[in-house]
Amino acid sequence: MTTAPRPTEPGPEDTAVQDTAAQDTAARLTGLVRALRGHGLRIGPAETVDAAAVLDVLGLDDREQMRAGLAAALLRSDGQRAVFDASFDLFFPLGIGTPEAVRADPPPVPEDPEPPRFGRPDPLRDDLRERLAAALAADDRAAQARLAGEVIEAFGRYGTGATPGSDGWSAHQALGRLSPETLLARILAALRERGPEGGPEDADVADRVLADEIRRRIQGFRGLVATEARRRVAELRGAERIAERALAPTTDRIDFLAAGRDQIAELRRTVHPLARKLATRLAARRRRAARGHIDLRRTLRRSLATGGVPLRPAYRLRRPARPELVLLCDVSGSVAGFADFTMLLVRAMSEQFSKVRVFAFVNRTAEVTDLLRADGADDPGRLAARILAEARVMGYHGNSDYGSALAGFAEDHLDAVGPRTTVLILGDARNNHRDPNLPALHRIAARARRVLWLNPEQPSLWTTGDSAAPAYAAVVDMHSCRNARRLADLITRLLPV
Amino acid sequence: MTENGNGDGTGFFTSVADTVDRLAAVGYLASTAVATTVYLADRLGKPLLVEGPAGVGKTELAKAVARIGAARLVRLQCYEGIDEARALYEWNHAKQLLRITAGRDEGWDAARTDIFGEEFLLTRPLLTAIRGDEPTVLLIDELDKADVEVEALLLELLSDFQVTVPELGTITASRRPFVLLTSNATRELSEALRRRCLFLHLDYPDAELEHRIVRLQVPGLDETLAASLVRVVGALRAMELRKAPSVAETVDWARTLLALGADTLDDAVVRDTLGVILKHQDDVRKAARKLTLA
Repeated sequence: MTTAPRPTEPGPEDTAVQDTAAQDTAARLTGLVRALRGHGLRIGPAETVDAAAVLDVLGLDDREQMRAGLAAALLRSDGQRAVFDASFDLFFPLGIGTPEAVRADPPPVPEDPEPPRFGRPDPLRDDLRERLAAALAADDRAAQARLAGEVIEAFGRYGTGATPGSDGWSAHQALGRLSPETLLARILAALRERGPEGGPEDADVADRVLADEIRRRIQGFRGLVATEARRRVAELRGAERIAERALAPTTDRIDFLAAGRDQIAELRRTVHPLARKLATRLAARRRRAARGHIDLRRTLRRSLATGGVPLRPAYRLRRPARPELVLLCDVSGSVAGFADFTMLLVRAMSEQFSKVRVFAFVNRTAEVTDLLRADGADDPGRLAARILAEARVMGYHGNSDYGSALAGFAEDHLDAVGPRTTVLILGDARNNHRDPNLPALHRIAARARRVLWLNPEQPSLWTTGDSAAPAYAAVVDMHSCRNARRLADLITRLLPV
Repeated sequence: MTENGNGDGTGFFTSVADTVDRLAAVGYLASTAVATTVYLADRLGKPLLVEGPAGVGKTELAKAVARIGAARLVRLQCYEGIDEARALYEWNHAKQLLRITAGRDEGWDAARTDIFGEEFLLTRPLLTAIRGDEPTVLLIDELDKADVEVEALLLELLSDFQVTVPELGTITASRRPFVLLTSNATRELSEALRRRCLFLHLDYPDAELEHRIVRLQVPGLDETLAASLVRVVGALRAMELRKAPSVAETVDWARTLLALGADTLDDAVVRDTLGVILKHQDDVRKAARKLTLA
């Protein structure tokens, strides 16, 4: 919002230039739309036309207005925003080549391109860090954006370009050299010193959140550098390719098994909104399922409006018995992210079920329902870690063993399963070549109303390596469930109402 | 009556900058994104779907636009079970029956044509909004609370600004209303509805804008106190809370502090007033630990 407006296109001199400019804009727009579609956004030609109308109305003068306008025409939900922003930066870049501000005032290029060894002075790095600290302390976004350009220019380049495709710009490399995180203490000290009064330590509560604020600003700066690096790479390789490869997917399409720490955290933030949506969907299904019986009293009452003719019959609302749910989760390292997310989701949806019990296992089964409920004030992010620490989910070794875990469940906790219970088993069925113990699963399936197995691996991998998935799939319904979108879909479709 | 064939919008604003200025003049401070989207909705004549957490000023935006255009604000508050009789129009059955009994001896044809006339039509908000020549802002509030069937009802109105009453024919808007739909995203709205609208996600404002909002709404509050307050709220939003405080809560908090006569945000004040911005006990406890309140 604070970025200075800058024309994306050079001002047209005559009609020929104008034509090419218009064509160029159209090409950029369709490129953007194609890239967004590649990330799973459903954008029809009608929306593309809307977007073109938006550009027509707004003109190309103010980049942030264009961004907001195109977002209004093309996006349909907030979850798509991150992908849109990154794609927009690729197809409507700030400029070409070295940023203008940097070109006007080029930083001294190091004659010696190899990274300086420990202890050797590095004036360029020190200068950039100095200015970055000042910009972060003042929360000056324009200066930060400019610095991001300089940092990439100075440290981001790799490869010599001797062979095509071997060179590029790396945000990772640049940030590694600059290490902005280490500026935190320095900025804090500078700000505290400058504070209004050197009175008692942090009398104003707001000053206690200062460290968090600076951390968020540093995070924001890292984002700027990453965007800048993508822009420079896109010039070498083409925006289409970068949009396809280098952008993070929308949250609901993050692969559970491949998700990093940040992505897991992002997923976790979507748990509550998702739970709310699923609850409404389930409620709608329930309402539809309840239709059928005429409520005579209300029908008569309603017919008064039509002169005693019952034109609109009223149906009796049935209060259905809510289903019971038993969750059986593999919490071993390989699938912990998936189990974590699903457990939180089920907890958030708990009022949809008359009873929810959660069991966890690595190779032994233990009930963790209370652990999940007592969560209240604690960090939900460490759920899996806490389960590993506090519940007896492991025997003498730390490897997954579905056979003995299922046997343990069938032995000790079978009373949790009744004719109204749906059992949801979460895990990749990677059994380390042990006995899958199908009879135990048969026993559970015989008692339960339904047993569903959600496997975070794609079906083509089920037959590989130590996976016992095909054997289990023969006994119970097994569904592949790789991301949050699929999980939401399965929950609304499969859970009984 | 003007034809809507030329695709003109409502024509309240002339540029994005103008939109920012005039919204500010009626007390609504808008970010670039909000102003741009409102301006586009106005110029392109498309409905505007605003989604976002509670208390960030979605409904207020519609009211502000209505004030700027000196327009009549027609509001449809959605709830579970709302139907076309409440949203669109209804035949006045009682009056129709009276009409039939009053004219017992007249012929069937006379009675039939008569009882489905304008006189017996009860207009509800959606139909009201497209009738009449004065500028109109139609606010369809909390659409996500309504059932899916209601969305289908809206489609004709949103794409062509017309309503079809089978007995009367199609009623087309003589003057396009500025349509604003709000949703708290408790359920996904249908693709068909979204496609007809411009989309705006109204999020929490950045610190600078929120500071200005607090100053505007609570002018008596000390400048530095307002700044501290906005920073604390920003930090709370970054935490994983059950309900993050929104702009409405920030303003409430500012009013509370003003009423208490606090001049700095110290431990005691924050501890006593945290309940104003956080509505769950869990959240209060978590926040207190975060801010290490004594």
